[in-house]
Amino acid sequence: MGKAFKLGNDVNTDEIIPGRYNVTLDIKQLARHCFYEAKPDFVKKVKKGDYLVGGENFGCGSSREHAPLAILGTGIKAVIAKSFARIFFRNAINIGLPILISKKAAQEIKEGNEIGVDLKKGLIFNLTTKKEYQAEKLTGFVLEIIKKGGLVNYAKK
Amino acid sequence: MATLTELIFSAKLKRKVKAGEIVKMKADRIMSHDTTTPLAIQAMRKITKKVFNPEKIVVVLDHIYPPSTIDAANLQGFIRGFVKEQKIKHFYREGVCHQIMVEKGLVKPGEVIIGGDSHTCTYGALSAFATGMGSTDIGVAYATGVTWFRIPQSLLFVLKGKLKKGVFAKDIILYIISKVGADGANYKTCEFVGPGASSLSIEGRLTITNMVIEMGGKAGLFRHDEKLKNYLEKLGIKKYPTFKPKDGYEQEMEIDLSKIPPQVALSPRVDNGVNIKKVQGIKIDEVFIGTCTNGRVSDLKIAAKILRNRKVNQETRLIIIPASLAIYKEAQKKGYLDIFHQAGAVIGNPGCGPCIGRHQGTLGDGERALTTMNRNFVGRMGSAKAKIYLASPATAAATAIYGQITDPRKLI
Repeated sequence: MGKAFKLGNDVNTDEIIPGRYNVTLDIKQLARHCFYEAKPDFVKKVKKGDYLVGGENFGCGSSREHAPLAILGTGIKAVIAKSFARIFFRNAINIGLPILISKKAAQEIKEGNEIGVDLKKGLIFNLTTKKEYQAEKLTGFVLEIIKKGGLVNYAKK
Repeated sequence: MATLTELIFSAKLKRKVKAGEIVKMKADRIMSHDTTTPLAIQAMRKITKKVFNPEKIVVVLDHIYPPSTIDAANLQGFIRGFVKEQKIKHFYREGVCHQIMVEKGLVKPGEVIIGGDSHTCTYGALSAFATGMGSTDIGVAYATGVTWFRIPQSLLFVLKGKLKKGVFAKDIILYIISKVGADGANYKTCEFVGPGASSLSIEGRLTITNMVIEMGGKAGLFRHDEKLKNYLEKLGIKKYPTFKPKDGYEQEMEIDLSKIPPQVALSPRVDNGVNIKKVQGIKIDEVFIGTCTNGRVSDLKIAAKILRNRKVNQETRLIIIPASLAIYKEAQKKGYLDIFHQAGAVIGNPGCGPCIGRHQGTLGDGERALTTMNRNFVGRMGSAKAKIYLASPATAAATAIYGQITDPRKLI
């Protein structure tokens, strides 16, 4: 269970982590600059187990993994959005940042709502409004990678 | 019934495949640069000690080169250690990765190329299927040589008519993105055909495919033709497959090039392209000409034509960065650099320069920049209180002279 942080459409990678902070591989350092310019109070407010809720085309822009890594580093449990930009979607799965696609959930969840998820079933629970949503099920190859906990683990076999 | 994308994948996999299928295959080339290589190295070392095939790997230092901070220098040292350890021959420090890949002959038509940079789609101008990925994907490819794809659907952009004077390839792609939207081509190959497409120089095509990611595109493609054949021959590339795509395109969009005016994409979105006449007169503090989008000889040529015997406005700084050492040398030979110096421009070493806000032209609070790059997101070039406008090199040069957004047709 965690609180929802609500964002709009087309949240881009420069907003998630400005380019000049991509000179570290340390996930904690990256997390410190997550949404540094776009939402300066985010890093202070976010707690482990919280959720990001975005609109369409979440994560558009660069292919740099620093963006989903920064989010993962802040303790965010999952990103819920109406749709994801292609490279961000792939990167999130590869590094083990859970992502859930649900237009209805992303639309209806409000800032500060208490959220819970069942990643295996793709279910989103809004504990504040008592509503439940079914996110798009991830299948095939993508599901395999998630099951193995990321692409590196998958590739090790 | 097959699109160019389906034909390329089918040839590689030696069986007929269609859009929507998930496939695993060896990448013909794996590219990464100073921002994305470190994480890729870490990912690789979790799987194996040696890269699968060093010949397939290309590492370029361009984003912050030479390093401007201690952290950047340390990361680059880490990269150099890896390159030496793995005996990677294709290691470059002389320009932007996407230009280096093309001019060093590391891209061939019909190849499938992945890169740790979203603008890897650039190589589609050479009729290769090329797409950007994150560092983990790249690291796994370093280790195994293999990557996976869900073969994308294709959109067909039929370009007709002729560009009017003062209008260039950059204006075409900004115009198209403004119509399609930031995610209008999500997960799809954007294929450019028609007499308008064939009329474009290879450099013009590179500008266009460079930006398909800005409408969500997985890859951009131009078909092989006589122009591409000659361009490749000059690089010593003669043997490669060619295809005859027929159909299977999800959607077709017709664009009349003659109807496109010079475009300016307004901060903070790339799909905010408008007719330049709507924004003429906006005061500009910094003009930057360069990048993988527009840092080539033809871009510098038109900028030089406009800047010749003219001066950069007193209140504006003009930064010009050729996309590679080879382009720098050619621009020097042709006298363009002299023209730029005379005009009062700053000329930077080949690389990404101020494009990602790290060095060589950072923006301060309230500043406005007009650039030839491919992104104008908030805070990209420095202050989150700065604004970035995207345009063609001609528009940029004209703007630098007047210190405000200027229609290049005034000076051509």
